[in-house]
Order: sequence, then structure tokens, then C-alpha cells
Amino acid sequence: MIKRVGAAGFDRRALLKAGAAAGLAQVAAPFVISARGEAPIKIGLANPLTGTYAAPGKNETIGIQLAVDQLNAKNGILGRQIELLVEDSTSGDAGAAVQKTRKLIERDNVDFLVGNVNSALAQAMAQVSNEKGVLHIVPGGHTDPITGADCKWNVFRVCNTTRMEANAVCSLLFKTYGKKWHFITPDYAFGHTLYQGCEADLKTLGGSITGNELTPLGTTDFSAYLIKARAANPDVLLVLVQGNDMVNCLKQISQFGIDKQIHVAGTQQELEPVEAMPPEARVGVWMFEWYWKQPAGTPGLDDFIAEIRKRTGGKVPTARNWFGYVTIHAYALACEKAKTIEAKAAAKALADLELPPEIKLQPNKVYFRGGDHQLMLSAFLGELLQTGDGDPENLFKVNSIVAGDSVAPSVTDTGCKMNMPA
Amino acid sequence: MLQLIFFNVTNGLIIGAFYALMAIGLSLILNLSGVINFAHGGFLVIGGYLAYALTPRLGFWGALIVAPFLTALIGFAVERLLIRRLYGRDPLYSLLLTFGLAFIIEDGTRQIWGANGLPFSVPAALTSPLSYQFFFITGYRMFMVAVVAVVVAVLFVLLRYTRIGVRIRAGTLDLETVAALGVNVRALRSLNFAVGIFLAGLAGVLAAGQIGLEPTMGDGLLMPSFIAIIVGGVGSLTGTLLGGLLIGVASGLTAVIFPSASEAVIYVMMAIVLLVRPRGLLGEEGMLS
Amino acid sequence: MTAGKHRHLAVLAAIWAALIFAPYWMPLFGGYTALGSRVLVLGLGAMALNFLLGFTGVLSFGHAAWFGLGAYACGLTLKFIAPSTPLGLLAGTLIGGVAGALLGALLVRRRGVYFAMVTIAFGQVFYYIAFQWSSVTGGDDGLRGFARQPLDFRAFQIDLLHSDLAFYYFVLVCFAGVVAVMAFILRSPFGRTMIAIRENERRARFLGIPVELHIWIAFTLSCFFMAFAGGLYALLNNFADPRVLHYSLSGDFVIMAVMGGMRMFWGPLLGAVVFVVLQDYLSSVTVNWMSFIGVLIVFIVLFFPRGILGLVRARRTA
Repeated sequence: MIKRVGAAGFDRRALLKAGAAAGLAQVAAPFVISARGEAPIKIGLANPLTGTYAAPGKNETIGIQLAVDQLNAKNGILGRQIELLVEDSTSGDAGAAVQKTRKLIERDNVDFLVGNVNSALAQAMAQVSNEKGVLHIVPGGHTDPITGADCKWNVFRVCNTTRMEANAVCSLLFKTYGKKWHFITPDYAFGHTLYQGCEADLKTLGGSITGNELTPLGTTDFSAYLIKARAANPDVLLVLVQGNDMVNCLKQISQFGIDKQIHVAGTQQELEPVEAMPPEARVGVWMFEWYWKQPAGTPGLDDFIAEIRKRTGGKVPTARNWFGYVTIHAYALACEKAKTIEAKAAAKALADLELPPEIKLQPNKVYFRGGDHQLMLSAFLGELLQTGDGDPENLFKVNSIVAGDSVAPSVTDTGCKMNMPA
Repeated sequence: MLQLIFFNVTNGLIIGAFYALMAIGLSLILNLSGVINFAHGGFLVIGGYLAYALTPRLGFWGALIVAPFLTALIGFAVERLLIRRLYGRDPLYSLLLTFGLAFIIEDGTRQIWGANGLPFSVPAALTSPLSYQFFFITGYRMFMVAVVAVVVAVLFVLLRYTRIGVRIRAGTLDLETVAALGVNVRALRSLNFAVGIFLAGLAGVLAAGQIGLEPTMGDGLLMPSFIAIIVGGVGSLTGTLLGGLLIGVASGLTAVIFPSASEAVIYVMMAIVLLVRPRGLLGEEGMLS
Repeated sequence: MTAGKHRHLAVLAAIWAALIFAPYWMPLFGGYTALGSRVLVLGLGAMALNFLLGFTGVLSFGHAAWFGLGAYACGLTLKFIAPSTPLGLLAGTLIGGVAGALLGALLVRRRGVYFAMVTIAFGQVFYYIAFQWSSVTGGDDGLRGFARQPLDFRAFQIDLLHSDLAFYYFVLVCFAGVVAVMAFILRSPFGRTMIAIRENERRARFLGIPVELHIWIAFTLSCFFMAFAGGLYALLNNFADPRVLHYSLSGDFVIMAVMGGMRMFWGPLLGAVVFVVLQDYLSSVTVNWMSFIGVLIVFIVLFFPRGILGLVRARRTA
């Protein structure tokens, strides 16, 4: 047979052979997705992997990676494998995050966007994803407007809002410890809204505020504020600072012996800073957005813990791992429900989506609220432990797990006016 | 209110002592070699992490002594291999080099020890408050002040009474003549750099006990050190010491009146000093032109 | 025309050809149009800094202050005053430039490290203001809720927001305009005087040149250019956050200028290309990109202090 030279360049017999081979491959290995010729679903992640927010960013990425691997082992989403593209948004200026987002969307054509730990970066990214019409879930960026005044049809959020945090903790503290509260608040948007939430709740309950210390971000020495707090003689000292500031503040609180005279409490707490504290600083009543050691009987929890341990060199999972895990699985579930990955349809499926037990890994109903796209995750209330309760890995004793929708403000109160596209 | 101010001034002095420790190391390097060491915070971080790594074997006290020396050794190597080549060039280059070094140090410590903070325990004997009334003056803070005081005193004695110290001080004023007099200027500079880094490493160990250990912990301490030097006066170590204490107190007092500005106030102080009395409080005229 | 002039024109033509056709050849190497826009904007900032640093010999390590002011002023104008891109840019340029002029008047007597440190101080003060005044600037969450508006010529509109390509060419046109002004100034007697001051300040003074005045003018011009670049940056991201005022960004501009070649006109643009593209590429590939960039900086400082272009020129004249 003379080989035809030209555009095609192959002969008919070769073509037949190739066709037969492909057909055989289909039959022989049904799980080899590549033989089907389907393009993978691309998920783009832009999270801080360097800088101040590297620790939570890394942990979210681990949870995301776990979920992707699990889904890919079980035939992916709608039969298509998932390809995860990870970009370091850095903890610095929004420009880098916006650039990475554009790269993921324009150059790499991702079908789904995930990010960011930092509130400012999350909002900058949300503007881009909205402009381009790409479905976007924020796993761990806490500022309220993301599912509040700046809510968008394509943006969903997993971690809770400051209002939810305040509501979860306040009535418990009021009932148990007393009505005069003093605050140490980080001086930026997140801190301010958190304080306002607590202030509103306290007023409703009938308590009073003895003072509010606004501390600049990055404060390492809280003695000035603690002196004032001590002098005000409150029943409860609410520590609203986060991250490294939280570590230093609690260290100093325990050094000064303040926890022996005043009840120490706060709203949000995370395992990352707790792991960085020396044992004597682990004091107070707090709320975690998710915790690994729960009263027995939570389906899927042990497997999740084991899987995360494998990927972190033996460490227990943190809420950040869980945020990443939920983000990917929720996306998968929404796409399966909508039978497509097209953004608008998937978004509609994601709104009001309830998480099944092996994804939510907690009691209570956990679902994305349709009105503001906020996940109604439970609040894990309890106390930090200085010496584990027999288990050296357990740093927090969970006393109660409160359902998310019972502490979330109503959709109208969040200021969100959701406009789903037709 | 008066009591509050008193508390905060005292506390400010304690914090200022820490700033002074950092700043003096930076000042030594700047005065003799003209190098603006943007990696000073990075060496602080190295000192802290080395102490963390050594504590299981040597205990807190052992780590406190050994870690700064190890850090100084690393600093010595850096000076000999990298910085030495830049003497005589525009100070911009050594600034950029140390800027790049800071990147490498931050990434390196994150790679080795992870991004999450590490708990650094200080002996319990040190952490308890001194008294109920002055509860915020914990043993550890007094300990920090004591260490700083001892180290600074030793440094001043060395500079004044030992031959090397005299050479360093002379070199700060006129390095050419010192070289002409037959002193091995290269060795002098290396030693001087190592001493400056020793102080940074020591500051790192102290900081680890106070503010927690993570790769970016040096960032917030670098600028106050520069400001302490400028406020106190370039070229004068006593000035730098004074500068550190001053900005500590200023920061502490501002935290009482207007907390949001307690970080920014030191920048404002620096700006005022630079515009009104550029040589600083105790500095020599024309040291930095 | 001499051979040298021929070569000069050829090089210029090559540079502009590369810039004009960038959106078409970049994707071949894994680039994307938005990356090109970012390179242009940051390159313009680096060139603005170099106007002062490379050509007058004055080191400002706080130049991000003007960049950030320009960005915020542009964003605030778009958000609160009028949805007009040109107005935003104008506001950004004016506010950043005027602030620089005022500060420069205070600073001109100082040099060297003093100058660098004061500029850092002012940059940080602006950083804290942007951070704390959150009702206006959005604080740590950043200034958002504004976007680049279409350019309205009565006959037609150019949509800058949804078309990355259109925005890239808009930036390129702005870039060309500013660069032309810079080149014009540098070629003028004023520009020559700046270089004279850089080479030997004392001699310039003895020649009767009012050194402080010249430095002040150079500083002010540099701040205007920088603020313009900042305004473009706000348009690029539809966002402004306090970190755009931080001294670490100043450091990045200095690195770009040095990497590319401080004393060459196009050096900083080349430095920006290398720095931005490298950072973009490396941070996708490895978590340890900071070490690579750090090593690169150390390398350049030790072995190529004249930057890439400086090396090229040395090779050619050798």
C-alpha cells in the first residue's frame, strides 16, 4: 500500500488497526479513563503556601488533595478525572492572587476555583471569578461580606462568619460565667465585625462591656491591654485575636496569671495556633469550626483521621483540612446533582445542598444555605486542655456541638441580596 | 490612670531593652562595615529555631548559651563568603544581598521546621509574675532585661578595654587609617559581623520564649531595630541603646492612649528625628551621608 | 546615520515589536495576557524608581508609598467620585505625585541611608493609615467594589473590563506615553544635569548647579510616574490593599531595577520581565520559590551588579 503523503499521512489499514485497538481498550479496561478520551475536570486552587498564612493554607491544600485523590479513585466527577492545579497566592498583596486567578481561569481554563485563606485575597479572587463566571468556593476566608454584602451567585463559603461565631459562643458564656465582659479585639475588619457581633449579642442578653482593647495586627506584647483588662475587673475576658497574636496573648495571659482571676474565652480558635502554644497557655473556653475528637459514633470520622495522618506525618486533622475536604466533595456532589459541571447549573445545585455523613463528619444537619451561599456548619464549643484527658494529642475538650443554622443570622441580616442568573 | 502610665512605661522599657539588643547588633555591623543588614531578622529566627532544636539535648540554659554562638558562626560564614565581596561598593548592594538572604532564611526555616508555629517552653521558674501588684512583670521579662543588661555591659567593656574593641571603635571612625596602621581589617570586619549576629541569635532565643517561634517572626522586629538606630544616633552604640529604650516606651505609652497607632508611632518618631536632628540623639554628624 | 544609531533604532524597534505582539507570542511559552499587563505595570514602576535611582543616584527604599497612594487614589475615585478610568488615573497620579513633591521638599538635604530610611518610614505610615482607616480604604480587607470602566469615545466604547486584550493595549499605550516623557526628560539638559549629579555631586555643586533643586525635581517626577503606575495597578486588579504600600514591594522594585540594569533606560523593564515571570513560574512549580529568588538576587548582586543589560553592554564594548 502506498502511503499517502499529505494532510492525513496514514493509510486506511493503519486507521482500521487503530480503531480496533481503541475499541478493544474500551472493553478491556473500563476504568482507564484516558482511553475514553474525556478531558479532565480542572480545579484551580490559589492559596497561601508561603508567608504568614502558610500554615492554614497548607492544611487546606492537604484536605483538598485528599478529596481529589479519593474522587479520582472512584471514577472522578461524572466519569471524568480531576486535575488539581495548585498556585501559591502568597500571603502578600492582592495583585499576586488576582494574577494567579487570571492565570488559572484564562490560561489553564479551570472549571472550578478554590481560595483564599486571607479575606482580602478571597474577595479579590471572587471579583475575578464573578467577572469570568467560574464557580468559586472559599474554604477558609472569614470576612463576612463574602456571603454578606458582597455575595455573588458563583461564590460559596465553607468556614463560618463572625456573626455565627459570636452567636455560638455568647449565650453560653453569659449563662456560665457572667455579664461583664472585656474584649481584646484585633484592629482590622474581621476583628471589628466579630466584636460588633458579640456586642450585639451581649446587649440582647442584658450584659455590659467593661472595655474593648483594639490591638494592631502583629502585636507581640499584650501587657498594656491586659493591664487595662485586669483593672476593669470583668467576669469574662474575650480574646478575639487570631493566629500568632492569639498565641502570644494567651501565653501572656497565663504568664500573668490572669486566667486564674478572670474567665478567659473567645470566639474562633484553631488547632494551628494551639499547636504552637506551650501547654500552660492552653486556657479558656472557645469555639472550633470543626474538631477531630468527637463523642463516639460519627460516621467516616476515623477514616478521615487516618487518611490525614498519612499525609501529615502523623498529625491529627485540623478544621482547615476539613474545609478543603468539604470544598471538593461539595463541588463533586453539586455537579453530580446537576449532571453537568457548567457553572450556573452547578451553583444552583450547590445552593441548599446538604452534606452526607461521610463528608460532614459531625452531627447536625450541614448544608449550604441558598440565600447567601454560606455553609451551615456546626460550632464545636469547649475548653482548651493543658494536659490532655489521657490522650496527649487531644488539646481541646468538646462540650457541645451546636447546629450552624441555629447560630447563623438570617439571610436578610447578612445584607446579602443574591442574584442568581437565569 | 497614673498607675496605668507607670505600668506601661516600665513595660515599655522592658520591651525597649529587647529592641536595643537587636539594634545594637545591627548598629555594630552598620558602623564598621557600612552594611545595612536586612537579614538581621532572619538571623534572629535562626537563633530561635536552633535553640528549639538544642533544648531537648541541652536544656533551656544550654540552648541559651550555645544557639547564639552557632548563629554567630553562620553569620561569620556568610560574611566571609558573600558580604566581604561587597565592601567598597554602593551600600545598595549589601542591602540587596541581605534582602535576598532574608528570603532564603525564611524559606529554609519553613522547609525544615514547617510553617506552623512551634511551642517553645521556658523553665517554669522564670515565667511566674514577680508580685500580685506588678503582675505583668513576669520573671521572664526581668530575665530578658537582665540578659540584655549583662550582654550590653560586657560588650561595652570589651569595646572599651580590649585591643580588638579599640580597633573596632577606631575602625568605625576611620577604617583606612586603622588598616594603614597594620591591623588586619578583614578579620576585624568578620569578627565584628559575627558579634552582631551573635546578638541577633541571642535575641532570637529570648524572643522564642516570649513571642512564639515561626518563620516570619523576625519581620516585625527588623524595622524597630533600624528605627532605634536612627533615633538614637548612627555611629553611637549608647545612642542605639537609648533609641531602643525610647521607642519601646513610646510604643507602650501609645498603647494606652491610642492603641491603633502604637506600631505607627515609632515610624513617626523616626521621621521627626530625621527631619529635625538627622544625626539622632547621640550620633555623630555626617555618619550616613 | 551611524552604525551605532542604526543598532539603537533596531533595538528600539525590536523592543516595541515584542511589546505590541506580546499577547500573541506569550501563550507559546505558557504566558497569558494578564501576565503581560502585570509586567508592564510593575516594569513602569521599576522604571520610575530607576529615574531616581539609576539616573540621579539617589536611593529611595520607600517608593512603594507613591505606588500605593496612586493605586488607592485611583480606586477611591472610581468607587466614590466618578466611574471614569481616565479620571481615576489622573487622580492617582496627581495625589501620589503631589505627596511626593511635598515630602521631597523635606528630604532633599539628606542622602544615602538617611534618605532611604525616611522614605521607608513614610511608606510605613501610609501603610498603617490604609490599614486603620478601614471605613474609607476597606482596611485589611482591601479596597474593592470598583472596576475599570470602559473608555468612552463618543463614537465607540472600548470595554477594558471584560477584554484582557483591550486592557493590555490600554496599559501599553499609557506605558508608551510615560516612557516617552521619561526619555524626553532624560535627553534634555535637565536629564544631563541629573546624570552629572549622580557621577559627582560635589563637582556639580562647584559648577554652580543647584543640586538640591534638581534632586527635588527628579524625585517629584519619579513620584508622579510611580503614582501613575500605581493607578494602573489598581485598574489591573480592580482592587487595592495595604500591602501595595509596604516596603517589601519597594524592595521588589529595587531588585527589578538592579537585575535589569540600573543605569540603562530599558534595564528595569527587563528586570521586571525576569522577576515577575520567574516569580509567577516558580511559585507554580515549587513551594520553595522564595529560596530560588533569594539565591538569584544574591547571585546578581555578587556577580552581575550592572544587571543583565549591563552585562550585555560590557560584552559588546569589550
